[in-house]
Amino acid sequence: MNDYRYDHRTVQGFILSAIFWGVVSLLVGMLIATQMFTAAANFPPYLTFGRLRPVHTNGLAFGLGVGSIFGLSYYIVMRLCRRPLLFPRLARVQLWLFNAGIAAAVVTLLMGYTQSLEYAELEWPLDIAIVVLWVMFAVNVFGTIAKRREEQMYVSLWYVIATVVAVAVLYIVENLSIPAGPWKSYHLFAGVNSANVQWWYGHNAVGFVFTTPILAMFYYFLPKSTGLPIFSHRLSIVSFWSLVFAYLWTGAHHLVYTPLPDWIQTLAIVFTMFLIAPSWGSVVNGYYTVGADWSRMRSNYLTKFFVVGITFYGLQTVQGPTQALRVVSQLIHFTDWVPGHVHMGTMGWVTMTVTASIYYVIPKIHDTEIHSEKIANAHFWLVLVGQLMFSVTMWITGIQQGALWKATNPDGSLKYTFVEGLVKNYPYWHMRALAGLVFLAGMVLFVYNVLMTIRKGQAREARPAPAAATV
Amino acid sequence: MAGTIYRKPVAFALLATATVLVGTVVTMLYPMLRPEMHPRLESLKPFTALQLAGRDLYQREGCVNCHTQTVRPLRSEVLRYGDYSKAGEFAYDRPFLWGSKRTGPDLAREGGKRPDGWHARHFENPQSFELRSNMPRYAFLSKARLVPATVQAHMDALGFPYAAEEIAALAQKTEMDAMIAYMQVLGSAVPRRAGGEAMALDEKNPLGDAPDAIARGHKVFAESCSVCHGDEGHGQQDIAPSLTDDVFLGEKGDLGDGAYFALISGGSDAKKAIGRKGEEAGGMTAFGGQLGKDDVWAVISWIRAQQAHERKEGPVMEQVEHEGGQPERHQGGRP
Repeated sequence: MNDYRYDHRTVQGFILSAIFWGVVSLLVGMLIATQMFTAAANFPPYLTFGRLRPVHTNGLAFGLGVGSIFGLSYYIVMRLCRRPLLFPRLARVQLWLFNAGIAAAVVTLLMGYTQSLEYAELEWPLDIAIVVLWVMFAVNVFGTIAKRREEQMYVSLWYVIATVVAVAVLYIVENLSIPAGPWKSYHLFAGVNSANVQWWYGHNAVGFVFTTPILAMFYYFLPKSTGLPIFSHRLSIVSFWSLVFAYLWTGAHHLVYTPLPDWIQTLAIVFTMFLIAPSWGSVVNGYYTVGADWSRMRSNYLTKFFVVGITFYGLQTVQGPTQALRVVSQLIHFTDWVPGHVHMGTMGWVTMTVTASIYYVIPKIHDTEIHSEKIANAHFWLVLVGQLMFSVTMWITGIQQGALWKATNPDGSLKYTFVEGLVKNYPYWHMRALAGLVFLAGMVLFVYNVLMTIRKGQAREARPAPAAATV
Repeated sequence: MAGTIYRKPVAFALLATATVLVGTVVTMLYPMLRPEMHPRLESLKPFTALQLAGRDLYQREGCVNCHTQTVRPLRSEVLRYGDYSKAGEFAYDRPFLWGSKRTGPDLAREGGKRPDGWHARHFENPQSFELRSNMPRYAFLSKARLVPATVQAHMDALGFPYAAEEIAALAQKTEMDAMIAYMQVLGSAVPRRAGGEAMALDEKNPLGDAPDAIARGHKVFAESCSVCHGDEGHGQQDIAPSLTDDVFLGEKGDLGDGAYFALISGGSDAKKAIGRKGEEAGGMTAFGGQLGKDDVWAVISWIRAQQAHERKEGPVMEQVEHEGGQPERHQGGRP
């Protein structure tokens, strides 16, 4: 067990860092949600919506998201390979570099250093740092897998490997640029080509940050916490290969009705429809796994996190393809519907699965129990209600916006000015901020619960005779 | 699939990479090799140093997070913003700035729609035009000066042509000047469709001075016109001229209803048809797509009533408004 102790501290370091950046980014989210309906909540030049929104998205995708992916993937890799990390010190260096990188990301984004590419805003010096971070991660993952003590690689390892290779390709190509100063660069690609590269990246960054690594967690932690084996190995295989094959064809569904050549749009729409199948492969696999004994929903507090999480994954992967269709896109594209969609995925699927995985890992690391299942349950209901309020509100206002923009008078002229459409969003945007507050309250309970569990574990570890630790 | 692949990590990783790359090659790499991904309109010019400086600021301030720059080929969008976006308009856009969310209006056709003075005051205080706007204030742009050497380095990186004097002149310019220069070039590679489609300039206002037409015109004016021309139609300095004096498009002597209609529906582009030069930079927005025919005539009814009123009472208010220089605010008058 002592072999693992150092690596477990690294895993916990990643988890705590992820939580820290997560809370910071959620608070930024609350501020920008307020700015949507109160211009006075902007504090130029640094704290305007335009500069803060990338802090929110990058902080959550790279801080909370990638931070927990690093930590939890390492945990999964160690368990499934039956050995500690091959390069424990490298992982620790990676932890520090990760935190320095996210801190630098926040500062530079507030300074206005941005590539203006969604989810790839960070300027070139930080891009290089991120590539270095990713190489460190890849070296440790592949090294540990190569020296594993379990011959067969379980599903979660497939998803981790796919994540490592796909993100590397995506991130490097997207960020190719012409440096024009220490914190300024121009995209190597121009115009429609720039758009196509951006959404090839943008959509698949979502695929390989918010989908595959989270599925790795799902496939590992669901059976672990419920004690029920995954329903079908064959279904896992089919889902995996069809998912990683189809994902990278679909980016252009973000560019429907733009000047991008039609054939690329259509191809993207077709593959997006196809993606429903592999996504639901995992959903069905999850349902049938728990279906072996639904009473676990009551007896094991983590089961509901995973079941509700995979349910939102299922809804997300039906709603997404629906939006890709031209007839739907023309109404809801550019409206608040889209943030509604994104937040169902991130607040529903990703957060549910990641927080449940953390609830599982932290007590295991400290060989103890969770501080309070009651608080975990309260956390569950708050984030569920907060997320539903958020998404549903945004869908309604999105449809309304789209309809107001399109409405015409009998004589063919437009019925509403832009501002008339804008102000009709305000009540919904108030509601959204309120929903964010409910969600945040849930996350605060989560953080408290994790910290108290760690405290409990540390107290327990301090008890054995000090002589034993020096062996 | 052979089960042994799940015991061989290297083979597995290679197979996974190959699988991931198929879609990448077909939808991203292959198109890049085709000319259709690199179109350029003949009328498109590289950004000038001042425009590029403005575009850099547009990036820095994250404008792309709220404003799109693509007009989709949908009837309502063409009516609201102008001609739909063409692939060949973006050849110098690195990166593209089409955006993904339209919290504010699309800006793809913003160039020439409004005068510089409007933009300056709007950037400084958007709420002075539209109380309910959620746009942040960018007054700080007026205080910051451009750094010519930085802009020059950016022009060099992109390989855009420039003259030495052009760079030197930047030292006198503020960030606001640059931002406005960028606003005014947006969408200008595509000629705007001639406004006031086949309007007969001698056409008479069919609504005349009917009281309900005047009332309706007042309402439309308050919604769409008064932000620039003032609540009473007296105009605002550097933004929009008075509508109640006898100067029309910079020349003495009023014109008929048909000319008014052409200018309102076609915007500054209708000046040619009308035959008067007006302000060189133009700046009258074309309302043809946004206002119905009857709405435009109603506005003209109201303007005529206002002019008659002024002739009787004398232009007392006008002086106050012009000297004050303060933008007018809306106090009610809107639904």
